[in-house]
Amino acid sequence: MDLYEHQARDLFEAGGVPVLRGVVARTPAEARAAAEALGGGTVVVKAQVKTGGRGKAGGVKLAHSPAEAADRAADILGLDIKGHRVRAVMVAEGADIAEEYYFSLLLDRANRRYLALCSRSGGMDIEALAAEHPDQLIRHPIDPRVGLDAAAAAAIVAETGFAPEDRAEIARVLTLLGTVYADADATLVEVNPLVKTTDGRIIALDGKVSLDENAGFRHPEWAALRDVSTENPLEVRARARGLNYVKLDGQIGIIGNGAGLVMSTLDVVAYAGEDLPGTPRPANFLDIGGGASSRVMADGLDIILSDPQVSVVLVNVFGGITACSEVAKGIREALKQLGNRATKPIVVRLDGNAVAVGLAILEEYDHPLVRLEKTMDGAARAVAELASAAMGGN
Amino acid sequence: MAIWLDHRSKVIVQGMTGSQGRKHTARMVGFGTRIVAGVTPGKGGTTLTVEEDPIPVYNSMREARHATGATVSAVFVPPADAKAAVLEAIAAGVGLIVCITEGVPVRDTAYFNAAAQDAGVRLIGPNCPGLISPGRSNVGIIPPNIARPGHIGLVSKSGTLTYQMMYELGDIGFSTCVGIGGDPIIGTTHIDCLEAFAADPDTDVIVVIGEIGGDAEERAAAYIAEHVTKPVVGYVAGFTAPEGKTMGHAGAIVSGSSGTAESKKRALEANGVRVGRTPSQTATLVREVIREQQIMSAAWRV
Repeated sequence: MDLYEHQARDLFEAGGVPVLRGVVARTPAEARAAAEALGGGTVVVKAQVKTGGRGKAGGVKLAHSPAEAADRAADILGLDIKGHRVRAVMVAEGADIAEEYYFSLLLDRANRRYLALCSRSGGMDIEALAAEHPDQLIRHPIDPRVGLDAAAAAAIVAETGFAPEDRAEIARVLTLLGTVYADADATLVEVNPLVKTTDGRIIALDGKVSLDENAGFRHPEWAALRDVSTENPLEVRARARGLNYVKLDGQIGIIGNGAGLVMSTLDVVAYAGEDLPGTPRPANFLDIGGGASSRVMADGLDIILSDPQVSVVLVNVFGGITACSEVAKGIREALKQLGNRATKPIVVRLDGNAVAVGLAILEEYDHPLVRLEKTMDGAARAVAELASAAMGGN
Repeated sequence: MAIWLDHRSKVIVQGMTGSQGRKHTARMVGFGTRIVAGVTPGKGGTTLTVEEDPIPVYNSMREARHATGATVSAVFVPPADAKAAVLEAIAAGVGLIVCITEGVPVRDTAYFNAAAQDAGVRLIGPNCPGLISPGRSNVGIIPPNIARPGHIGLVSKSGTLTYQMMYELGDIGFSTCVGIGGDPIIGTTHIDCLEAFAADPDTDVIVVIGEIGGDAEERAAAYIAEHVTKPVVGYVAGFTAPEGKTMGHAGAIVSGSSGTAESKKRALEANGVRVGRTPSQTATLVREVIREQQIMSAAWRV
């Protein structure tokens, strides 16, 4: 889960990291009130979107009075920045910046540890920085058993070549950010820029934080961080039922078991649709997981059938732990509940654990919308053809 | 022969008395895996009876290992307990830890993986189906009856794609299939498996299954070019996955332009690996490679 800048700011502040005051506003009037609350002087109005390049897109503006803050908020609210609609801004105190630095701490998958990145040239995009000034970007490996402690921070500031008089304070801030990273179960903490003000303070002026969803069970406070208003309603509904669902933009609903097999099913279906009229594509990713019950299967089918974009559904299950009989029962259950509201064809390919029982259940049920296919490729072709026909109306 | 464990390996199940632990202990025992003990803190002194044989339960890995001399641990504990369980297994001195648990926080995995590396203990997983050498050994949750013993070595991030591929090539058979898991940080990698299969006299062909996220497949491709002379066939899932969305596995995510299926496929192909477009096409490629290389031994001609 990625955080908004204002959420990252709050997380930093709670961890003792020096930040500037900032207030979230969702209307120009709120922005004016926020600027007043911050003292009525110069503020920065910043779009709150989970993507980079806000400045270039006109999403960060200076305002010298509360009235101007309201105007700038009016300019920014509603903007589309790389497909992200701006629904809120943060009105933040201004700072007199002397120097801009870059710092991040992230998961290094390849080396299976953490990696701290630091540079005296901050403010620009990290990928541009790495490409244009690789010599100015320090990469410091961090032992996950120790974390970014005072010793690591001291080494990083020395390697980066900060002015000797700034090193102690920057190292102190980096250590605090290291603690935030660990305590919050983050997989990324990025501060760009980390600034030195003209009066010599070190401040995290921006923040990007990603949290590890797997650690959610030990962070009840994360529930408040989730912004369901920007999420797809089907994804929200699926998550509430414990289903692993991702909405895509095609017409073919997909249910399978196991992340790899479902990803593979999406690919095979997309290939099958490539050369057909309308080029039908997968409408979603849905993994019912290992050992799913008929209840889980029925829930999954219910979510997919309620997606108005879906014209046909593919159920592709290879029963390892999952019993095909449970999958078949789930299909039967969902169709019984829907009754005559069920109108979309369901192509089913089952193999593996309890496949004979599963197929027998569906054959006996003999529902006109259910069609059985023997192979994954055959099933993919069948759904692609059905979806293509539905699109062309022939 | 098989890699990393054989029919003599004694196995302890951590979390054996939980619902997953019970279910899969029964399956493994049914296959013939030598499950000699279970560990559940607080349940020491009890037993779990499987096929009329009582399996002793201990409070700690240290006691279980001391009493049985087992060298393998299979971890079926809930995600919140995985770190403590794996660290306990490392301290108890087992040589192989197979962590099946799904949903382990990556901070915990990073910690216990570093500890395992330092101790020289092989860790497989977490969030993996384990490993199987058909007809010989099975630790984890891979269904044992899909494929016969043979000479294909398989390594995969995905459980169900492993099963699918075993099923498609079940008649030819496998030496060992290793499900390494799809988390951002895992113990045993594609490269570790390639190294072991390359050295295993019982493996003639290697199948590498990957998926979006990270660059493990790209690094595996480079390793193959340099170190592997046996034929390798690949498959990558996730060509249609959108950027920035986690696709089921915690590690399966395309970030910006990195971690794409296309990049992995290109890297594998550039290093001489034939990559299938679909699982069944991949299986066909494996059959072709076997024919071309004329490596079918008389034993598996029907």
